[in-house]
Amino acid sequence: MKRAILRMVLGFLLAFAGLAAAQAIDPLPFKDHAQEVRFQNLTRQLRCLVCQNENLADSNADLARDLRHEVFGLMQQGRSDDQIKQYLVDRYSDFVLYDPPVKPSTWLLWFGPGLFLLLGAAVVLVTIRKRGRATRIDSRLVDNATIEQGDDW
Amino acid sequence: MTRSLPLVGFLLLVALFGFGIWWNSRHDPREVPSPLIGKAAPAFVLPHLEDAGQTLSKTSMLGKPYLVNVFASWCIACGDEHPVLMAYAHKLGVPLIGYDYKDEPADAKAWLAQHGNPYDLVIADREGRTAIDFGVYGAPESFLIDAKGVIRYKHIGPFTPDVIERELRPLIARLKQEAP
Repeated sequence: MKRAILRMVLGFLLAFAGLAAAQAIDPLPFKDHAQEVRFQNLTRQLRCLVCQNENLADSNADLARDLRHEVFGLMQQGRSDDQIKQYLVDRYSDFVLYDPPVKPSTWLLWFGPGLFLLLGAAVVLVTIRKRGRATRIDSRLVDNATIEQGDDW
Repeated sequence: MTRSLPLVGFLLLVALFGFGIWWNSRHDPREVPSPLIGKAAPAFVLPHLEDAGQTLSKTSMLGKPYLVNVFASWCIACGDEHPVLMAYAHKLGVPLIGYDYKDEPADAKAWLAQHGNPYDLVIADREGRTAIDFGVYGAPESFLIDAKGVIRYKHIGPFTPDVIERELRPLIARLKQEAP
């Protein structure tokens, strides 16, 4: 008896959860699953201009919704992913892309970390070499000391 | 030399972080730079707020520079900007076009009736469709468009007297020289 009630409650909760989720992602009339996957994939690569740390797919901002509809409309017109991205970049600059494109003004951004890694590696290498030399000299001194001690014997 | 290396490294970091603080105090990192400056403004045809039967288009505005101010009754920062516009609108020397963004016309009318209307004309973009072409991502935003229909300047966020005097007015003076 108890179990039956619990099941019913759970069933209700699940039904409502599904309803809420369906409302959160505003439904667009996709023609098939492949188009929906493509849409989700594309909007995940685009930045919401209002919240900025969220992508278009996840954002609840009003503008993000408008831009999702815009992307959907462009897809219906048969534009490619690159064309749609360019369409938004023309209006909102590279900022709208989550991955900034590689070009002279973003070289430092893209290759900076590698540069710092190389710099760090160079420092480590130099330090190790110096230490290595210092230890060898040290050990030679110790050897001499023991030999001298031996002489004393 | 080796001894001072940590100090040099530390000073480099101080310089780097100091630069970051200085840069961010002058630039809003959240500001999306407009790629439209220096380019032709997108074509638009939008209805008047007061009379939806009439429209204003880009072609009808060609021949003289004008300032477009994106605002909305729901926009709090627009309320901060409003007194500044009221004070400066008539001194600018170019028409000030209000661009009512994603707003209920009735709300916008009530808002203007309550706070005063600094605009020479108000156009309404209820769906915000044209605003996407302008790269609008919030309100207030303002665009200065020259006589040839080219966007020459964009200001994101509320105008302050300082910004108007320092950035907007010199540019307007230049545009007026270009287009006699």
